[in-house]
Amino acid sequence: MSALLQVEGLDLYYGDAQALVQVSLEVPEGEIVAIVGANGAGKSTLIRAIAGIERPRAGRIRFAGRDLAGLDSHEVCNLGIAQVAEGRQVFPSLTVEENLELGAMLPRARAGARRAMQDAYALFPTLAERRRQLAGTMSGGEQQMLAIGRSLMAQPELIMFDEPSLGLAPLVAKEVLHAIHVLNARGLTILLVEQNVAVSLRISQHAYVLENGRIVMSGSGEQLLRDDRVRQAYLGL
Amino acid sequence: MNRRAAALLLALGALLVALPHVAGSYALSVATLILYFAYTGQAWNVMMGFAGQLSLGHSIYVGVGAYAAGALFFHYGIGPWAGLWLAIALSVLIGLVIGFLAFRFGISGVYFALLTIAFAEFTRIGFDHLDWLGGPGGMFLKVAQRDQIDLANFRGPPIMYYYAMLALSAAALALCAWLLRSRAGYYWRAIREDEEAAQALGINTFRWKMLAVTISSAMTAISGVFFAFYYNNLFPEQIFNIGRSIEIILGPVIGGVGTLFGPILGAAVLTLLSDGITEALAAFGWEIPGIKQVLYGLVLLAAIMFMPHGIWPALARRIGVDR
Repeated sequence: MSALLQVEGLDLYYGDAQALVQVSLEVPEGEIVAIVGANGAGKSTLIRAIAGIERPRAGRIRFAGRDLAGLDSHEVCNLGIAQVAEGRQVFPSLTVEENLELGAMLPRARAGARRAMQDAYALFPTLAERRRQLAGTMSGGEQQMLAIGRSLMAQPELIMFDEPSLGLAPLVAKEVLHAIHVLNARGLTILLVEQNVAVSLRISQHAYVLENGRIVMSGSGEQLLRDDRVRQAYLGL
Repeated sequence: MNRRAAALLLALGALLVALPHVAGSYALSVATLILYFAYTGQAWNVMMGFAGQLSLGHSIYVGVGAYAAGALFFHYGIGPWAGLWLAIALSVLIGLVIGFLAFRFGISGVYFALLTIAFAEFTRIGFDHLDWLGGPGGMFLKVAQRDQIDLANFRGPPIMYYYAMLALSAAALALCAWLLRSRAGYYWRAIREDEEAAQALGINTFRWKMLAVTISSAMTAISGVFFAFYYNNLFPEQIFNIGRSIEIILGPVIGGVGTLFGPILGAAVLTLLSDGITEALAAFGWEIPGIKQVLYGLVLLAAIMFMPHGIWPALARRIGVDR
């Protein structure tokens, strides 16, 4: 069976600077696939290209057998790809509940919005307690939970996480990564970009190493964890 | 809306309806001006307050609307009820061109504001060279009888203009209240707060921003038509002036950007303030050139320093109504 998400030979430029060079990867249904790499390697760019926010110059992106070329970001979302962008982009002066409701505005999501909200509250009970609170007044960890909950509102098949634990206290980061694990166990497919290389390799079935816009290595999480180059460059061992 | 807010709104409405029967002609002209700025500020607020798109060139929609309806009347004797549609169509078209250029090519924030100024300035210069519309010498609409109401041509005594502006302001308030609760209102708030996040959620930000521009420019075109038939003279140098655009936005900024009553309250405070300063200076016999502007500026400065979110949010909390 072919993978849920397939990226083939992606080239992307910012002006004259090439941000992605012939990037190819596959995300099989039901798996967690991690992308690791240093700052500026092109991880966020890759996610934004898949989401339809950046336009690649060459290459193909296919989701569930469908070519995403030329689709706008709202069309991509409506096919079932959600993203939790870097930096917890919640709407600060809207309440928790309003933030969640905004996640379910797509045509594909409206019908199941109620159940999706209950699911989000069940996954993060603290959101249910704070449903009337303004999102901007919550802690970083709570905002990240809200961002994840909001992405669930669209009832996606694939969620792309961009640095979900960035800037969070270790315990909170652990909770967030645990939630990602739980979502995967429920059948959601996940593409994870995470600066915490050790953890992301441990929870992913497959991982790619991105350097200067190129995929330089790939393998199962365990393989990469044992690889000397990875250990030296990213784990400091 | 809670009970107290509904009661206050009703009282305000009744007061405004009854006003011409107690006020003198000068007070009536001030009240008309307040309503004019309340309405136009409300229109601007749809773009900036609701959708977060800062326009510093709203004079373009007032001017184009005024000249469109004015020219039809001046050259062909066609009344403003037909001219209104041409005014709206042209203003919306210009708004969509500005919006398309900006939103397609990712021009936002300050650069978007600069683009709106540039369009208004180009239009001002262009109209200066349009002899058919009077050029820099202006266009003057015939003032017929002032004592009879001629609704078809929108000619009549000041009280007619007052009630027209009151009706427009009430309609704008109702429209904006409805918009804020609609799906569009939700999307706009998301775009205003964080456009990237809105996009990541699958909101078609381009389409919803264009809708905000469309509604705002159409509403503003109507104030242009009113302007033409109320003042009866149009000069490019005046109507497209950036000062006019700033005048439009001061009301909502002082009153409270993004709120429903901010533009109304702001327009009232600013117009009364400006008149009050003039009268106070006359009473004291101070005749220092520019002192009026200095005092006006100082009050604005104080208002923004002490109420950075506007007068309305601060006041609403005091009197216990929702914003």
